[in-house]
Amino acid sequence: MSSPLTPSPSTRSFAVWRRNFRVWRKILLPSALGNFGEPLLYLMAFGYGFGQLVGDLGQLPYMAFLASGIICSSTLFTASFEAMYSAYTRMAGQQTWGAMLNAPLTVDDIVLGEILWAATKGLMNATAILIVAALLGLVADLRALLALPVLALAGFTFAACAMVVTARSRSYDFFLYYFTLVLTPMLLTGGVFFPREQFPELLQDLAYLLPLAHVVDLVRPLLTGGSLHVPLLHLLVIVAYGAAGLLVATAAVRRRLVR
Amino acid sequence: MQLEQPLATAPLVAMRGLCKRYADRSVVDSLDLVVQEGECFGLLGPNGAGKTTTLRMLLGLTPPDSGTIQVLGEPIPERARVAREQIGVVPQFDSLDPDFTVRENLVTYASYFGLRGPHIEQRIAELIAFAHLEGRENVAIPELSGGMKRRLTLARALINHPRLVVLDEPTTGLDPQARHHIWQRLRELRDAGTTLILTTHYMEEAERLCDRLAILDAGRIVASGTPRALIAEHIEPHVLELTGAGADTWGADAAPDAGVRIHRVGDLTLLYTAKPRALLERLDASDQRYLHRPANLEDVFLKLTGHDLRD
Repeated sequence: MSSPLTPSPSTRSFAVWRRNFRVWRKILLPSALGNFGEPLLYLMAFGYGFGQLVGDLGQLPYMAFLASGIICSSTLFTASFEAMYSAYTRMAGQQTWGAMLNAPLTVDDIVLGEILWAATKGLMNATAILIVAALLGLVADLRALLALPVLALAGFTFAACAMVVTARSRSYDFFLYYFTLVLTPMLLTGGVFFPREQFPELLQDLAYLLPLAHVVDLVRPLLTGGSLHVPLLHLLVIVAYGAAGLLVATAAVRRRLVR
Repeated sequence: MQLEQPLATAPLVAMRGLCKRYADRSVVDSLDLVVQEGECFGLLGPNGAGKTTTLRMLLGLTPPDSGTIQVLGEPIPERARVAREQIGVVPQFDSLDPDFTVRENLVTYASYFGLRGPHIEQRIAELIAFAHLEGRENVAIPELSGGMKRRLTLARALINHPRLVVLDEPTTGLDPQARHHIWQRLRELRDAGTTLILTTHYMEEAERLCDRLAILDAGRIVASGTPRALIAEHIEPHVLELTGAGADTWGADAAPDAGVRIHRVGDLTLLYTAKPRALLERLDASDQRYLHRPANLEDVFLKLTGHDLRD
């Protein structure tokens, strides 16, 4: 089906996105509760509990530091979960993709549609957190709105990378490798909970090999009123991971389903 | 046996010299298959014969190792997406969307074809009636019976008014009522000029529905033609099935009778003949348990593919 290497999806990808959106709409209430409730709980518990011990980080109250980190890690986990557990269920469990492939959709359409959907969920989650953070007075100014397109892009990248794992997975248990070997190290070194400067320099540099640190370095100044440092480089790394993820995921799902 | 094909129109499906191997196992081997518009074509074969792989190749979901495929004038798999715009598929395993109701399933499937709006609402109402699911529009899929799911799957396959409907074991696991309902619907489609390609394990189903069929074994077509012609070609018209005590010895002295062919399967002895009268008189004079019936497609199938279990 089409050329062997480059993904060639069509606008039918949007039908895949819409299918998932329709299902999500049915569970709007619990979804929204999770979107708003969970970050609020985290901010309260860590911010007040932990923040009392830590105090301010330079000019920045710890709560503001934490909020701008959690909005990134939450996008990471929302997009990754959707592209792993939920997408895997649709691919292997309930044959949703099988039905799509009997219609005029291709693997390329499905992979792109699923990644776009997972990115959308990440963005919805990020938006909820931004609202909570703003209400708690943890956002500096309107520049914070610029964080949303960055987080949408980040959601795409995280979803595309997770989709590679999904394509190679034989069961849900396989995802634990990705959590333990990739997501957790990325989360802990990404500068979400504490400044990366606390680490030895080598580890600080290594953190930049994965996309989350770049997302945090873009989003935190936008939320807290700091100045951006090499924003184009950060964006480039995020885009590169997203593009590579889409490419590899598409090839891997083709190999799995079209054989 | 070769059936005459009208040469005026291009065939709806033409597969030539198809081969497909997985590792070192040949699943489809030099397969040629032509289906004309308006035909109901059956693919029979034991498990693992290559039926599903053949259908997947037809839909562009499995690229062949060699050979060419044309479906609805489109080269497959290159233009499979375009061909599938005009194809309906009833897969072997249920792929209804469990996150949606009956109606939502049809709406969502229509969206995969780019079909939306009031025009498609009309079609969905028709299809719910076609599937005999009126009043169940808002029922969740897990709450449907096996027969209802199958009917809905067939209805879903028709959302795009397909010229070709491909069905992989459409009635497996259904009770007789549900099976007859599906057959009724398939005959309606056939009578309306829709081309049907189906696989089945039920010889009775193939005999009733199919204009023409092919028997597949180990990836090759071992026979093809109309059901009646296949039976006439391969099997004597009368079959006597002997079971119980004495069945195994009947064979030995019956053999010299003119034109009796004997086949043994386990404790069953099958006598095939064109002239059953003498045999029947002898059987009636004895207390041998037997059944006299006309030859059918199952006799052809078992003669050509053997009695051994396949999986």
